[in-house]
Amino acid sequence: MGKRTALYDLHLAAGARMVDFGGWDMPVGYGSQIEEHHAVRRDAGMFDVSHMCAVDLRGAGVRALLLRLLANDVGRLAAPGKALYSCMLRPDGGVIDDLIACYLDEKWFRLVVNAGTADKDLAWIKEHAKQIGVAVVPRRDLAIIAVQGPNARARTMPLLPEGAREAAGQLGSFFGASCDDWFVSRTGYTGEDGFEVALPSEAAAGFWNALAAAGVARCGLGARDTLRLEAGLNLYGSDMDETTTPLESGLAWTVVLAGNRDFIGKAALENQRAAGEAQKLTGLLLLERGVLRSHQKVFSAAGEGEVTSGTYSPTLERSIGLVRLPAAADGTVEVDIRGKRSPARLVKPPFVRNGKPKIEI
Amino acid sequence: MSQIPADLRYTRSHEWMRTLPDGTVEIGITDHAQQSLGDLVFVEVPEAGRQLKAGDACAVVESVKAASDVYSPLTGEVVAGNPGLATEPELINKDPFGEGWILRLKPSGGGAAAESLDAAAYEAVVAAGG
Repeated sequence: MGKRTALYDLHLAAGARMVDFGGWDMPVGYGSQIEEHHAVRRDAGMFDVSHMCAVDLRGAGVRALLLRLLANDVGRLAAPGKALYSCMLRPDGGVIDDLIACYLDEKWFRLVVNAGTADKDLAWIKEHAKQIGVAVVPRRDLAIIAVQGPNARARTMPLLPEGAREAAGQLGSFFGASCDDWFVSRTGYTGEDGFEVALPSEAAAGFWNALAAAGVARCGLGARDTLRLEAGLNLYGSDMDETTTPLESGLAWTVVLAGNRDFIGKAALENQRAAGEAQKLTGLLLLERGVLRSHQKVFSAAGEGEVTSGTYSPTLERSIGLVRLPAAADGTVEVDIRGKRSPARLVKPPFVRNGKPKIEI
Repeated sequence: MSQIPADLRYTRSHEWMRTLPDGTVEIGITDHAQQSLGDLVFVEVPEAGRQLKAGDACAVVESVKAASDVYSPLTGEVVAGNPGLATEPELINKDPFGEGWILRLKPSGGGAAAESLDAAAYEAVVAAGG
């Protein structure tokens, strides 16, 4: 039996199909995955993402710790509440995890890390935090609910505790605000506007039910996957892992090599950049009927590669995916789908943002 | 709970069979199967005239989640594939035992028919997690 979130019983009562995800029993969907997907693109949907782990880092050395641990530069976080997406790397440049880091004050940052990697992340962070006197506090006492879609913020705002409401209303994109044990951030994993709300576990069911009563659709991990893929967002373990660097994973934009800052993995990335990356991660649009799936082989003029994530895009009504290929690959490629080669076109993600297609079909 | 009409025959691989008045057999996938697959987005049906042996993969149903083969429960000749599924694969989700039929087959009688189950036996297969 897997671990359960504070909302487990509510998921079952709503008829969810439960699956294992990173050691947790999570809802994959409540009915039609495509309807859940459209709810987020067109209106508002909510996800239980309590399996992800919030981690508070506290102490005077916290910024110095993250300057060293993260490939993206937390030195750029000047305004309290500002958040940043980053990879955390091994010395050889492999990705330990991708995460969100939020700057709250000079003695407090909050990270949100993936469920399946939380234990190894915590061990890695603690090892480095110890030397610098920073406390590492995993917040398993919190549930996390993501409310996403064009109407998500408007539906969520009236349901927040009074103290958090005003701060939430003023949040810019990629900012967060804390109020007692509630933490609201304007972030997400769908390519839509919205909030992610961390709150005490005992308050989660009431908040979830109130959102449902306000017309926010329950959405499972299935819809979360089609939404993030349309938005061109990587999934750790599928699109990158410890054997790939951010530079080979479409995440060069999250790596700050400039300047004197010496983060773990920097030398390896500099060497890779100097030599030229051998492979890249990019988007793929299937030109015929069928569905791209992870691990399908891809053939390009520059050599072979593999689909790392693939699905049917409900917004585009076509199959899309992410693919790792030799860096020189370009134009049209062929994908081995169940023994037959189908043409597909390389495209630059995202495929969809804020409800609108971003690529030519 | 999924529906299991009492007047149909079933297979362990979640196909159903309905014998039509002219002796041809209509074949589809069960309500349980479509629920497991989720929203169907692509269905490949066999062409009329194709000769099938019992147990042959005869169609592909692909959902957002996964692709799955459909196996012919009988030996015979394909009379028709459901043309509606090319543009409306969701017919299988909406009406798996009716408009969502996949193919019609004229049994040849030759070759061993795959094991077929009545509704009660099929219900037991589903209940056992098959």
